[in-house]
Amino acid sequence: MEPISQAEKQVTRKSSSLGIGQFFRAVTAIIWKDLAAELRSRELLSAMLVFALLVILVFNFALELDAQARASVTAGVLWVTFAFAGTLGLSRSMALEKDRGCLDGLLLAPVDRSTIYFGKAIGNLIFMLIVEAIVLPVYSVLYSVNLFNPGLLLIILLGSIGYVAVGTLLASMAVQTRTRDILLPVLLFPLVIPILIAAVKGSTGFLQGVDIIDIRPWINLLLVYDVIFVAVAFMVFDYIVEE
Amino acid sequence: MESKPRMLVILDVVTVLLFLTAVGMVFFYAPLEAVMGQVQRVFYFHVANAWVGMLGFMVAAIAGIAFLRKGYRKWDIVGLAAIEISFVFFFTAIVSGSIWARGSWGTWWTWDPRLTTAAICELVYAAYFLLRQGIEDPDRRARFGAVYAILSFISVPLTFISIRIFRTIHPVIIGSGAAGAEGSFEMSSKMLLTFIFSLVTFSFIFADLLWHRIRLGKLADETESLRLKTLQ
Repeated sequence: MEPISQAEKQVTRKSSSLGIGQFFRAVTAIIWKDLAAELRSRELLSAMLVFALLVILVFNFALELDAQARASVTAGVLWVTFAFAGTLGLSRSMALEKDRGCLDGLLLAPVDRSTIYFGKAIGNLIFMLIVEAIVLPVYSVLYSVNLFNPGLLLIILLGSIGYVAVGTLLASMAVQTRTRDILLPVLLFPLVIPILIAAVKGSTGFLQGVDIIDIRPWINLLLVYDVIFVAVAFMVFDYIVEE
Repeated sequence: MESKPRMLVILDVVTVLLFLTAVGMVFFYAPLEAVMGQVQRVFYFHVANAWVGMLGFMVAAIAGIAFLRKGYRKWDIVGLAAIEISFVFFFTAIVSGSIWARGSWGTWWTWDPRLTTAAICELVYAAYFLLRQGIEDPDRRARFGAVYAILSFISVPLTFISIRIFRTIHPVIIGSGAAGAEGSFEMSSKMLLTFIFSLVTFSFIFADLLWHRIRLGKLADETESLRLKTLQ
């Protein structure tokens, strides 16, 4: 019950100062809310995890992942898995807010609207990182590839940030349309292509032990798009939740 | 409904004349390219089509920003009009490029970064139409459309343009070419003139179509508000 009481304390404290401290309190309150809800139901993470493992197994049959093929396609398989599992999490987390009327409650809270975006985005990022933290060792064991490469982990972190930044924004858009569950992947996948290309190229570079000079452009591209997507989402989120 | 403005009639006539001249220049004025032969003539309209595509996507992004700032319906109409036109022109650019590639590279399609991002670019804007279709409330549709137009412009077309840093087999005629490009050539002055003339012509076509489409958009807007009023 620890997380819930903490969240309540943070939500009820309505200080009049609109400083950065209040901003962070509001963001953490939303993150705690999501984590607490997930701790109780465990439906989101378990669905994402099972789905991710299934995708990896399907790839095994589809691509005949023998030792030779693995070296070149591991990064691609991993990123497709993360992207698919990510959409599942994104659409579910926004649908929960919408269906139970929770989004309206959040919008009524006397905080800046962008705190809702950052809270949801960081919550989604945490779920995605948890899934990745479980999928990576499983993949390593199943295909006997060593994935514990600091560079690869950095790329995965950067790629996930960019993916979740656009994904949270588009999920909150898709959830308000008639065709919501179908729409999110259609909107999201073409838009995150810059992130996915850079992430796959960077990951392949680290897995194949390419010189860091050749990987740096991809890391730069990831950083640039992370910053752009977070900044744009921050600016336009108000217009998406406006009623 | 207001009658067709005089300026628009003039623009129509000028555009048609320019287009006929451009077609004539491409086939009769521009010299035959020595290595590739007749298929090189695709180049003039191929680049012009892609140019109109990019121009329209940019106009839509700017209209999106203007809509979010001011909230005037007309900016939404402009954005939708620009994307609809550019969607068609960009598709033509891909098809004409494919025809050229068959003659020059010997294949209709290859998974080159330039070609791949062009295809994804087209898909992004296909998703834009799907998004608009899924929303009934006109105000929300306009807001979401604007947000998506901005997001998609900074995502894909920018990648498409900046793709010159990749190693690509797509020739880069303007500026320095990539080392691995195949089918590159030097433009003679007659070719350059034809090329620039096609770009100008297609910009006129874009402006003309945009104007017509905006007028149509305004009518559609009126019809929709009338329909909503009757239903209430």
